Amino acid sequence: MSKRIVIDPVTRIEGHAKISIYMDDAGNVADAEFHVVEFRGFEKFCEGRPYSEMPGITQRICGICPVSHTLASAKAGDAIMSVSIPPAADKLRRLMNLGQFVQSHALSFFHLSAPDFLLGWDTPPASRNVFGIIAANADLARAGIRLRQFGQEIIEILGAKKVHPAWAVPGGVRSSLTPEGRARIKAWLPEAFATTKVAFDLWKKTMKTHGREIQIFGNFPSLFMGLVAPDGTWEHHGGKLRFTDSSGSIIADQVDVANYKDYIGESVQNSSYLKSPYYLPLGFPDGIYRVGPLARLNVAEQMGVPKADAELKLFKKLGRGAVTSSFLYHYARLIEILACLEYIERYMDDPELSSDYLRADAGINCLRGVGASEAPRGTLFHDYTVDRDGLLKGVNLIVATGQNNLAMNQTVAQIARYYVKGNEIKEAMLNRVEHGIRCYDPCLSCSTHAVGQMPLHIQLIAPDGQVLDEKMRG
Amino acid sequence: MAAKTLTIDGKQITAEEGETILQAATEAGIKIPTLCHLEGVYDIGACRLCLVEVTGTPKLLPACTLKVAEGMEVSTDTERLRKYRRMTLELLFAERNHVCAVCVANGHCELQTLAYSQGLDHVRYEYTFPKWSVDNTHRLFGMDHNRCILCTRCVRSCWHIEGAGTKNVSGRGGKSRIITDLNQPWGDSESCTECGKCVMSCPTGALFKKGSTVGESVRDRDKLEFIVNAREKKQWNA
Repeated sequence: MSKRIVIDPVTRIEGHAKISIYMDDAGNVADAEFHVVEFRGFEKFCEGRPYSEMPGITQRICGICPVSHTLASAKAGDAIMSVSIPPAADKLRRLMNLGQFVQSHALSFFHLSAPDFLLGWDTPPASRNVFGIIAANADLARAGIRLRQFGQEIIEILGAKKVHPAWAVPGGVRSSLTPEGRARIKAWLPEAFATTKVAFDLWKKTMKTHGREIQIFGNFPSLFMGLVAPDGTWEHHGGKLRFTDSSGSIIADQVDVANYKDYIGESVQNSSYLKSPYYLPLGFPDGIYRVGPLARLNVAEQMGVPKADAELKLFKKLGRGAVTSSFLYHYARLIEILACLEYIERYMDDPELSSDYLRADAGINCLRGVGASEAPRGTLFHDYTVDRDGLLKGVNLIVATGQNNLAMNQTVAQIARYYVKGNEIKEAMLNRVEHGIRCYDPCLSCSTHAVGQMPLHIQLIAPDGQVLDEKMRG
Repeated sequence: MAAKTLTIDGKQITAEEGETILQAATEAGIKIPTLCHLEGVYDIGACRLCLVEVTGTPKLLPACTLKVAEGMEVSTDTERLRKYRRMTLELLFAERNHVCAVCVANGHCELQTLAYSQGLDHVRYEYTFPKWSVDNTHRLFGMDHNRCILCTRCVRSCWHIEGAGTKNVSGRGGKSRIITDLNQPWGDSESCTECGKCVMSCPTGALFKKGSTVGESVRDRDKLEFIVNAREKKQWNA
């Protein structure tokens, strides 16, 4: 191995990471690795806290998907109390999760990823961002920003805050949907549907011109995992786990989330703070599986709502069995936005969301509780062990981005092998490698964490440590 | 009782003999910051937030225990006092682990409210990050020593309103801690009547109803004053 190229940090993702590309003597890519350079330690410092505080504490893991953490945490609390929460509380939690999907997916599509495929890979980095989109198509940028805002407003309407709402609690939720809130969501829905349609049209044009990206941006066989309803319908907050392989066959189904440890192992690499979960029966690293929008659509038989179901049919045609290209995460994300809007629309006519019976009450009835919920990026597990007084003795969090770790490594290697050659670093070629990561919309603060921000720094390093080429940006 | 005439912040006021500066100021509509003071129990002058300046006395004195005297000139809001109050608050924050964002008392905490009112936007002292535990052994209530500021309001309301004498203080200085009975888990206490007055009196999130989540601890402190007035003055005015 003669050279190592480092992309540090990877930009337009949520968190801090770098990529190392290893070159052989012939100037070809030998391997590539994705390192997460953050470390947080939530699993450790939550020990000793009362389980009732966990939805408040764990949502601080992230500013993008706090809702996912607070909901998974509240679910783990439900399990410790061994209660069935009031039906209205379950629906309200689901409504907030749908809002969370819309805002996070809109952020990923419009703000973070679209600059690459709408403006072009070779656009200078200074304009290859959401401001570039604003310059090129102000209406589209505004619509995308508004779509994200719609999701955030749903979170705020329910939880009084867009970020870190103190709302979901073990046993239920703290408040219902007000008539004013309901009216606001209802009035905004047509605009959200219209924006989604624009995004679909754009995406379909993109697919026509990006056949090569579909082929090489993380296109490989792997397993897929996600929550599904008992009849195999797409799930986001509830249901049980399903694993499928790349032929589309179900290899494990209706797995109770509490038994996740029988199916998921966690491996640790020295090069990253991010653990690499794998499907236990196949071992490491053969048990590579993907989670998130692409995986959820692969494991689900239907979305359960008409417009998204029509799109799902088209989506499923893109694979033989499962859809295996990670570039199509973007497509899956749009289909999920559409499904979320349809489910939100359905809830707007449900009187139960105004109920004031929202919270079940109980003491400690089980010393371990596992809560799982679909976060925008994939299945999120919160696993708590408590003492008889409800104080945390052990915390295990398996977050979506971690589960995609092996797949992200494979994706950057695949893209680097295709685009990176020779001694000179071209910024645009490295941008393609970075985009491989963006497909997964990783949230690294969730999966680990540290503080601080670095400019993009790429180095081409010779075996003797000499820097052959270097590029800085930011 | 004889009336005393004095000046607080330049305002001429008359107060009953035996009243404290805090009482006299409150009656005159002058607000002095307090933290360990609680209506219904006696004052101990522990937190030093209510310190005032008295002309002719170089020392700063706590308004909650300082008795009114004829001709006294008191200042409650000077540069020097503001400096010390801020310092006191900063030391309280640095001494234990106060994490407002995830605290049960967030938005209803007297320490937090005082910090806001004194313009405290950062702490200049090094945080000590001590390792304190949570006592969640009681059936109804919990005690998080991380959030305790040792104001002893809970001890005073337990001894002097409820009369159970369950809550006590052990240790010295910053290592002091609130204990139940003879330093045993709260759940094992034989004297605790489960009345919850200690929880009502707590200014921070140190004492809470079990199962409380962020910002849910809203205290009903008027109830303590109501009980004391009912018992001592035979007045049942809610």
